[in-house]
Amino acid sequence: MGSRPRIGVYICHCGANIASTVDVEAVVEFAKTLPGVVVARHYTYMCSEPGQALIKEDGAKLSLDRVVVASCSPRMHEPTFRAASQEGGVNPYQFEMANIREQCSWVHHDPDEATAKAKILVAAAVAKAYRLEPLEDREVGVTPGAVVIGGGVAGMVAALDVADAGFPAYIVEKSDRLGGRVADLNRTFPDLEPVAEWLPGLVERIQSHPNITVFLNAQVAQVEGYVGNFEVTVVENGGGEEQGSKLQVGAIIVATGYKVFDPQRKPEFGYGVYPQVITTLEMERRLAEGDLSVNGKTPEHVVFIKCVGSRDKQLGNPYCSRVCCMISAKQAQLVRQALPDARVTVFYMDVRAFGKRGEEFYDEARRAGVRYRRGNVSEVYRRGDRVVVRVEDTFLQRTLEVEADLVVLAVGMEARDDADEVAALLKLPRSADGFFLEAHPKLRPVDTAMDGVFLAGCCQAPKDIPDTVAQARAAAASALIPLLRGTVPVISETAEVDPELCAGCGMCVEVCPFGAPALDPLWGVSRVNAVLCKGCGACAVTCPSKAIQVRHFRPDQILAQVDVLAG
Amino acid sequence: MSDTDFEPKIVAFLCNWCTYTGADLAGTSRIQYPPNVRIIRLMCSGSVDPTYVLKALLDGADGVLIGGCHPGDCHYQSGNYKARRRVIALKEILKQAGMEEDRVWLRWISASEGQRFAETVAKMTEFLKEKGPSPMRQKWAV
Repeated sequence: MGSRPRIGVYICHCGANIASTVDVEAVVEFAKTLPGVVVARHYTYMCSEPGQALIKEDGAKLSLDRVVVASCSPRMHEPTFRAASQEGGVNPYQFEMANIREQCSWVHHDPDEATAKAKILVAAAVAKAYRLEPLEDREVGVTPGAVVIGGGVAGMVAALDVADAGFPAYIVEKSDRLGGRVADLNRTFPDLEPVAEWLPGLVERIQSHPNITVFLNAQVAQVEGYVGNFEVTVVENGGGEEQGSKLQVGAIIVATGYKVFDPQRKPEFGYGVYPQVITTLEMERRLAEGDLSVNGKTPEHVVFIKCVGSRDKQLGNPYCSRVCCMISAKQAQLVRQALPDARVTVFYMDVRAFGKRGEEFYDEARRAGVRYRRGNVSEVYRRGDRVVVRVEDTFLQRTLEVEADLVVLAVGMEARDDADEVAALLKLPRSADGFFLEAHPKLRPVDTAMDGVFLAGCCQAPKDIPDTVAQARAAAASALIPLLRGTVPVISETAEVDPELCAGCGMCVEVCPFGAPALDPLWGVSRVNAVLCKGCGACAVTCPSKAIQVRHFRPDQILAQVDVLAG
Repeated sequence: MSDTDFEPKIVAFLCNWCTYTGADLAGTSRIQYPPNVRIIRLMCSGSVDPTYVLKALLDGADGVLIGGCHPGDCHYQSGNYKARRRVIALKEILKQAGMEEDRVWLRWISASEGQRFAETVAKMTEFLKEKGPSPMRQKWAV
C-alpha cells in the first residue's frame, strides 16, 4: 500500500447538537491514538467556512492523504467535506464520515454511553479511511434529445421548451390526437377563455416544429440505459400494424396525465341510470354546443355536486382533486348566463378557491346568482321527469330534498390505469394515492428517484392548467441540464474485476440487474462496463473467488469496520 | 450465569437508500433507542457478504442486524431479495456449525420508518440481553 496513511480527524460540535451529549474533547484525544491519525481536532461547526478551512489547511500543511469527519449523516454533508478534502490536496474518495449526530447524539441521552459510542464510530471510520484508495470523478457523454410520454398540455409544453432549446423532442401519445383532456374542455377558469383560442395554436406549433417528432397511437414498450443515455422503444399501432422505433435520448419526461373518476362507482348518484345526471366533462360539451336541455325541456333547476370521487376515504381517494371547485364555479356561471331564469345550486363540503383570481372567481359566481349550500349529498333518485337530490345541510343539520332537472357531478382525478405499466418501465415509485412520486415534495417536485426521468402535469398529482404548464416547463428545464452540459456525472464506486483471480464462471453476469459485467470472449474473464455499473455490490458477494469487488466498499475496508465495531 | 449488566453488541449492515436513511430519520425525529447498535453503511443489503456477518459474530458481536428496503422497493431492483436468500442460507450454515442463527436479524425498514428502526434496535437489544452474551466471545477470548 506504499507509505503509511496520514489521516486527519475532525470532530464537529454541531453547535450543541453533538457537543451537549458527546464529550468531543475526549473523542479527539481517543482519535489521536488510532493508527494513521496525525492530527485530530474539534470545532463548533465543521461545515462552516472556518470548519472547512481547518481541513484545507491541515491537508496542505501536514500532507494529509485521508480525512475523517465525525458529524452529521453522510447523506447530509459528505459532498461538502469531500470538496474541502480535495481543496486540501486529499483525494475526495479518501474521505470517510462518522455519523455521530443522527445515529448517536440525537438518539442517546446518556453522555457516557454516547461518548463511548462516538469513539467507536470514529475508530471504525478511521479504520475504513486507512484502507481507502484514491478514485477519480467520472463523467459520460449525453445523447441530445428527450422523450416526452404523453401529448396533453403538459407533454406539449415540455416538448416545446426542449425543442426550442435546440434538442430533438419525441412525443409519444397513446391516443390518436394531441391535446389530452384539455381538448375536451370548453372554456377555462378563472377568465372563461375558450380553449379553442389557444389549444389549436399550441398543437400547431408542435406539429410544425422542426425539432419535434410526434408518435400517435403509440406507446413506450421498453426503456433501457440511464440518465444521459436512454434507449426508448416506441411501438406505434397505426392501422392495425405495429411498428417499432428505437429512440436514443438523454432524458425522459413523463406527462401521462390522469383518469377521470368514474361516477358509477358512486351508484347512489344515479349516473348512467338517469339521463338527468351528467359529469362536469359532459357539461363542458353541452356548454360548447349551447344545449342544456333535458328530455327536450329547458332546465329550471341545475344542481352541482362537488367532490365526486375526491376527499372520499371510503373510495380510497382521500385527496382533493384541486380543479373541481373552480370547474363547478365556472360551469355554474355559464349556466346562469345561458339560462337567466334557471336556479343553480352547488352542494359542497368546502369551497377551495385557491390560486390567482380563484377567490374572486368564486365571488363572481355567487354574485351571478349561483346558490352555494354546504351539504353532503346522500342520494339522487327519480320523481316524474325530474330527479330529487337528497342532501344533509351540514349548517342546519337537517336533511332536505330538492328537485332538479339537471345534476352535474364534479368528478375528480385518479391515477391512470396504465400507471402500473409506466412505473414498471421507468422504475418510478408511486405515492399512496397512486400518482407518481416526486423525489422531494418541496425541493425536487419534478425529479424522480430515477436520474434523468422527470414528471410533468397530473401524473404526479391533480392540478389545474397553469400549475401543469409551470411543472411541465420546470421538467423541461431540469431535463435540459444534462442535455446542455453534454455530460453527466456517474458514480466512481463501481465494480472491477481482478483478471488474475477471475475464473470466468459468469455468475456476476447472471446476478447483475444492469448488464454491467460481461465475459470477455478472448480472455475468458469477466469485465465490467463501468458506465452501466450502479455499484450495488451484488456481483461482489456472488463471486466465488472474490475476483470482483466494488471500489470504496472492498471487503478489506468493510471488514476493518467490522473488526472495530464487533471487537 | 445471568449477567444483569450485560450490554449486547449489535453490528448493523444497513442499505444506504432505505434503512440507513430510516436510522437518520430516527435521529432527526429524536427517537431514543439503546446505544448497543453500531452501524455500517453499505449501498445495498444485497452486498452484505455472509463472511461479514460471520466475521462480526466471530469477533464478538452478540447480534447482527441487516436492514434493507421493503420487497419491491430495492434501489437496485432485486438486492433485497438476494439478501433474503443469502440470509436464509447463512442461518442454515450457522445452525450446522452449532452457532445461534437467531442472533442474525434481517429486517425491511424504509427511509420513512425511523420509528420502526428504533423499535427494531430496542427489541433486538432486549432479545439479546435475555439470551445472554454470544458464546463465541468466551470461546475466542484469549
